[in-house]
Amino acid sequence: MNFQAIKAIYRYEINRTLRTWKQSIASPVISTSLYFIVFGSAIGSRMMDIDGVSYAAFIVPGLILLTILVESINNAAFGIYMPRFTGTIYEILAAPISAFEIVIAYVGAAATKSVVLGLIILLTARGFVDFSIVYPFWMLAFLVLISVTFCLFGFVLGVWADGFERLQIVPMMVVMPLTFLGGSFYSINMLPGIWQTVALFNPVVYLVNGFRWSFYGVSDVNAALSLSMIFLFMLICLSVIWWIFKTGYKIKV
Amino acid sequence: MPDEAIISVSNLSKVYPSGFQALDNINLTIKRGEIFALLGPNGAGKTTLISILCGLVNPGPGELKVDGLDVVKDYRAVRRKIGLVPQEISISMFETVWATVNLTRGLYGKKPDNVYLEKLLRSLSLWDKKDNKLMTLSGGMKRRVLIAKALSHQPQVLFLDEPTAGVDVELRRDMWQMIRGLKNDGVTIILTTHYIEEAEDMADRVGVINKGRIVLVEEKAELMKKLGRRELVLELPAPLPALPAAVQIDGLVLSADGKKLTYTYDTRSDYGEIGRVIRTLYDHGIEFRDLQTSQSTLEDIFVSLVSGNDANAVESKGGAQ
Repeated sequence: MNFQAIKAIYRYEINRTLRTWKQSIASPVISTSLYFIVFGSAIGSRMMDIDGVSYAAFIVPGLILLTILVESINNAAFGIYMPRFTGTIYEILAAPISAFEIVIAYVGAAATKSVVLGLIILLTARGFVDFSIVYPFWMLAFLVLISVTFCLFGFVLGVWADGFERLQIVPMMVVMPLTFLGGSFYSINMLPGIWQTVALFNPVVYLVNGFRWSFYGVSDVNAALSLSMIFLFMLICLSVIWWIFKTGYKIKV
Repeated sequence: MPDEAIISVSNLSKVYPSGFQALDNINLTIKRGEIFALLGPNGAGKTTLISILCGLVNPGPGELKVDGLDVVKDYRAVRRKIGLVPQEISISMFETVWATVNLTRGLYGKKPDNVYLEKLLRSLSLWDKKDNKLMTLSGGMKRRVLIAKALSHQPQVLFLDEPTAGVDVELRRDMWQMIRGLKNDGVTIILTTHYIEEAEDMADRVGVINKGRIVLVEEKAELMKKLGRRELVLELPAPLPALPAAVQIDGLVLSADGKKLTYTYDTRSDYGEIGRVIRTLYDHGIEFRDLQTSQSTLEDIFVSLVSGNDANAVESKGGAQ
C-alpha cells in the first residue's frame, strides 16, 4: 500500500474543503438550519406527533440525510472530476498508486467531510429542536455507511460526467426528489395504500428509516433491511468503480 | 555503466479506440544517464510513447521495461523511478506552489522532505513564490512548477514533453542549464521538442519518430556527421556566363546570375575535396572575392527525414538501438 499517496490526496482534498469552508460547510449548515426553523419550530409545532415522536424531531434524521446525500455526491464527484477537467489527473495516473488507493483517498476525504458536516448539522439541530438518540452507535454507523456509499456513487458520477451540468443533474434532479419523497418529512404509513408500495421502490426510504430508527427506535421498514440496502448499493457502486478502473472508462485510453 | 539500457521498448504498437494507429512496432532503447531527444512532427506518436511509459495510456502489444522492470506488472516500482513534465500546463490553479509540489512528492510514496524541496524550488527560482497561488504565476513560472513537481520525488528518469514550448529565450536557456545539471546528477532525460536547436544543443542521441514508427536513432554527433551537408559558397568578382567544361565537378553549381558558385558536399567526404575544387577553379582562371561555408542543422536533417528523403536509407543504417 502506498500510504503516503493516500495521505497526500486525502490531505489535499481536506484542504480544498477547508479553503472553501463557506461553501462546503457553512452553506449546507445554514440551509438545513432554515429547514429546522421553518418545518421544525414554526410549522412543526402545529403538526401532530408521528409514531410518538414530535414532528420537529421526526424530520431531523431525514433533513440531515438530505444534506449528507447531496453533499457526499457533490464532494466526491468534484474531487475526481476537477483533476479530469483541469488535466491534473495525469499525476494521479502516473503515480505508483493503485485504483483501490485512489478510491480510498478520494472517497475517504469526501466521506470525512460528509460525516463532520452531518455531526455539525446534528449539533445545530439541537439548537432548534428537542430530540434524543436511542442508539448513538448505530446512528454513527448509519451516518458513516451512508456517507461512504454516496461518496462512492459521487466518484462514479465524477468519472462519468463530461461537464458541470451533468455533475449537478443527478444530485439535484434525482437524489433530492427521491429524498423528499423518501419519507424525510413523513412516515410512508401516512401515504394512501398503493403509494406505500410504490414508496418501497425508492431506495432513500430505507436510508431515511434506518437512520431514523437509530434516533428514535421507530421505522417504517426493518432496520436490518435498511442496513442491507445500504450495503447492496455500496456493492453496486464498488462494482462500477472496479469496472471503471479495469476498462479505464473516461480515465485512460 | 553508461551504455546500460534504462528503458527498453520492444515491438510496441498502439491503436486508439478510434482506430488511429499511434505507434507501429516501436523498438527503442534509452541508455542510462543520457539525454535522448525524440523528434517528430505533430501526431507522430511522441506523446503516446511517453504516455504509455508513464502509465497515462494503456499499452498495446509489445514489451516495455524500465530499469529491467515491466511497466505494467511492476508499475509501482517503475513509476517511482519516473518523473513527467507534461506538454500542457495542467495544474490546480488555486493551490500554492509549496502544496502542489508536496502533493506530487506524496503521490510517489515519498515522505515530506522540506530541505530537499526548498533546494529544488531555489534551483528553479521558485522559492520566493512558494506561498503564491499557481494562478498568480506567469506561464514560464507555471512551467517551472511542472518541472519542480516532476523532480519532487527524485526520479531516475525524467520525461520532458515539449518543456520549453511557449517559454521565453532566457527561461529556455535556464531550463537547458538545469537539464544539463540533472544529467550530471545521473538522471536519464527523454526530451520531446519542436525546437530542434534544443535537441542539437543538449541531446546525446536523437530519435526521429514519424507516423508511429521510429525512423532513426543515432548519436547526435554521428548523425550530424552522417547526414549533415556542408556548403561552400564562392562569390565571384564578375558574373560568369557558364562553367567551363573542364570545371564540371559534381556538386558545383553556378547561380542563375552567374555571380555565385555553390559547392555542396557531404561531411563524410574528404576535406581535401574543397582544396581540389578551389585549385581547379584557379587553374581555369576563375577567381573569387569571398567565400562562406555552412553546415546543415539538425532541423534540416529532421525535415529531410520526415519528408522521407533519407528515411529509408537511414532506417537501415541507424535502426533503433
